[in-house]
Amino acid sequence: MFYREVGDFKTSYAEDQQTFPIAFDRWRYYVVIAVAFLVIPFIINDYWEKSVLLPFLVFSIAAIGLNILTGYCGQVSLGTGGFMAVGAYACYKLMTGFPELNIFFVVILSGFVTAAVGMVFGLPSLRIKGFYLAVATLAAQFFLVWLFNKVPWFYNYSASGQINAPERTVFGIAVTGAASPSWATYLFCLVFVFALAWAARNMTRGPLGRKWMAIRDMDIAAEIIGVSPLSTKLTAFAVSSFFIGIAGALYFSVWFGAVEVTEAFGINQSFRVLFMVILGGLGSIFGSFAGAAFLVLLPVFLKNVMVGALGWSTAIAANLELVIVGGLIVFFLIAEPHGLAALWRTAKEKLRLWPFPY
Amino acid sequence: MSDQLLFSIEAAINGLMTGILYALVALGFVLIFKASEIFNYAQGVMALFAALTLVGLQKGQVPFAELINAIFGTNIHEFGWEMPTALALLLTIGVMVLFAILVERIVLRHLVNQAPIILFMATIGLAFFMEGFGDLMWGSDIKALDIGLPKGLSETVDQTTFEWFGYGFFIDRLDVAAAIVAAVLVTALVLFSQYTRIGRALRAVADDHQAALSVGISLRLIWVIVWAVAGFVALVAGAMWGAKSGVQFSLSLIALKALPVLMLGGFTSIPGAIVGGLIIGAGEKLFELWVGPLIGGATENWFAYMLALVFLVFRPQGLFGEKIIERV
Repeated sequence: MFYREVGDFKTSYAEDQQTFPIAFDRWRYYVVIAVAFLVIPFIINDYWEKSVLLPFLVFSIAAIGLNILTGYCGQVSLGTGGFMAVGAYACYKLMTGFPELNIFFVVILSGFVTAAVGMVFGLPSLRIKGFYLAVATLAAQFFLVWLFNKVPWFYNYSASGQINAPERTVFGIAVTGAASPSWATYLFCLVFVFALAWAARNMTRGPLGRKWMAIRDMDIAAEIIGVSPLSTKLTAFAVSSFFIGIAGALYFSVWFGAVEVTEAFGINQSFRVLFMVILGGLGSIFGSFAGAAFLVLLPVFLKNVMVGALGWSTAIAANLELVIVGGLIVFFLIAEPHGLAALWRTAKEKLRLWPFPY
Repeated sequence: MSDQLLFSIEAAINGLMTGILYALVALGFVLIFKASEIFNYAQGVMALFAALTLVGLQKGQVPFAELINAIFGTNIHEFGWEMPTALALLLTIGVMVLFAILVERIVLRHLVNQAPIILFMATIGLAFFMEGFGDLMWGSDIKALDIGLPKGLSETVDQTTFEWFGYGFFIDRLDVAAAIVAAVLVTALVLFSQYTRIGRALRAVADDHQAALSVGISLRLIWVIVWAVAGFVALVAGAMWGAKSGVQFSLSLIALKALPVLMLGGFTSIPGAIVGGLIIGAGEKLFELWVGPLIGGATENWFAYMLALVFLVFRPQGLFGEKIIERV
C-alpha cells in the first residue's frame, strides 16, 4: 500500500540513482539513523553497551570490511583476526607513542597501517587463487598473531604481554579507559560505523565496486576487458583491511580496553566474521549489518535462555552454540546461499506488490 | 660429527615422523577433493570427533551425559564397562560411516552444482557443528587414549645411535608405530583405488564427473564411500595424535596444518600429500632449531603456512598438482 514507487516522480539523474529509491525506505533509513544517534544514547546502560551495542557496531565494521574483500571482490580471506590485531596494536602504539594525538585520528591512522599490511599480504593473491588463497591468508593470521606475541616492542615490554588502553578524550569526554561513560563510547563507535558504511555503500556502487565485482565474477574475462587485476585486487585488500583495522582498533581501545592477542584475535575471530558475512549475505552492506547483529545477539540470547533460564552449565551452552551456529551456516547455504540480505530483498519485492500476489 | 649436525638430524627425523601424521590428515582432504571437488575443511574436526568417539566407547562413557544430566537432573556419567579396543575401533568406524551417509543426505545432496567456495563454507559450518557436537556428546575434558601402541623412548634407536655417533637420538616409539601404521594405510589405499571395482569407480569420478555418470556410476554412492574412507583415515590420524598428546580440542588445530601440506603437494595428488607432509614436518622442526631461538621461538605456529605461501607464489599448483589452465 505505502511501499510503492508509484507517484514518487524522479526529476533528476541523481534522484534516479539514489540508494533508497522508494520513499518509505528513505524515511525508514532516516528514522533508524535518528534513533541510533538521538534516542539510544539517552537510554543506553552498561550491560547493553558492553554485550550488545558495541559488539554489534565493531563487528559490523569488520563484516563490511570482509564483505568488500570476499563478497565484492571474491577473495576469500581467513586472516581477519590477524588484521584486526594489526589495527589494535597500531592503535596501542600510536596511543602510547603520541599521547596528545586525538583518539579519533589514532583510530583512523591504525586503519591506514592495517591497509598497508593488508596490501602486503594481498600481493600473493595475484598468483594464488580460490582455495589456495584462502589457505594462504591463514599464513597472515598465524604469523601476525605470533608476531604480536613474541616481539615485546609491540606491547611496550609489559610483563603480562597484554595491551591496555590509556584514557583518551574527545571534546573533553573520555571514550577509552575504565571511566568512559556508555553513551560516549557508543556514539564514538556509531560515528565510525555510519561514516564507513556510507563510504562502503557508495564505493561499491561506483567504478571501484564494479571493478571488484568484475574480478569476482571472472578475473580473466575482467582482465581482458581492461580491468587491471593488480590495482583492483590490491585496492580491495587495502580498503577491506582499512575497515578491519578500524574494527580492531575500536575492539581494543573502546570496547575491551585490554586484550591479549592469542585470545582476542585468534583464528576463531576470523571465522566469526566470515560467518557474519555468509549468514548476512555476500556482497551486501545491509547483509553485513544483519549478519553481525545475528551473530552478536544469538550467543547473548542462547546464554540468557540456557544459563539464565534453564540453569545449565556455561560449557554446555558454549557447545550448543557451536552446534547451532554450525548448523545454521549449513542450513543457510542450502536454503538461501545469499543470506539474510536475500530474504530482506524477497520481503521487499513482496511488499511492493502487496496485497496483490502478482 | 659435530653436535649441531647430530641435533639437526634428530630434529629432522622427529619432524619426518610428525610429517607423516600431517600427511595422514592431508590424505583425507585429497580423497574428498579428488572425488567431489569439495575442499573439506572439517577433516581435522572429523579426526577429533573420531578420536573422541573411540575414547568414549572404550571408556564406556554415556553419550550426551552432561546434557542429559542438565535436562533431567540425573547424575549419570559412565556405563561402567571397559570395551576392548578392537570392538571400540569397529564401532567407531561404524559411526564414521553413518556420519558419511548423513553428510551426503543432509548436506551434499542439496549443494550439488553450487560454486566450490559455497561447499567450502558449508564444510566450515560442518566443522563448527561437529566440534560442538563432539564436545557435547563426550565432554570437553582432555582424555588419554591408549590403544595398545608402544610408547616412550625407543631404547634400540638410542643404543645404536649412541654406538655410532656417541650421541643417543631421542625417538618416541609411538612415532615409529604411527609411521608404520600410516605407511600401511597409504599402501592399502593405493591398492584399493588401483585394484578394486569401487576404487576404479572412484578414479573415474575423480577424472570426469559427467563421463562417470554416463557409464552408470552412482555419484551419491561414491560420495558416501569417499566420505566414509576419509572418515576412516581421520580415525587413524585422530587415534595416532590422540595417543601421542591426548584427545583434546587442539587436535583439530594441528589438523589445520594439513592445509599447507596440501598446498605444497597439490590438492589432487596422493604422493603430493605425503611428500608435502614430510617436507613440512621436517622443515618446521629444523627451522625452529636453527632460526627459532633468534626470533623468539614457537615458529611452528606459522612456519608451515609461510612456507606454503612463498612456495605457491612461484608454483601456484603445488608440487604435484595438475597445471592450472584458465579459460574465459
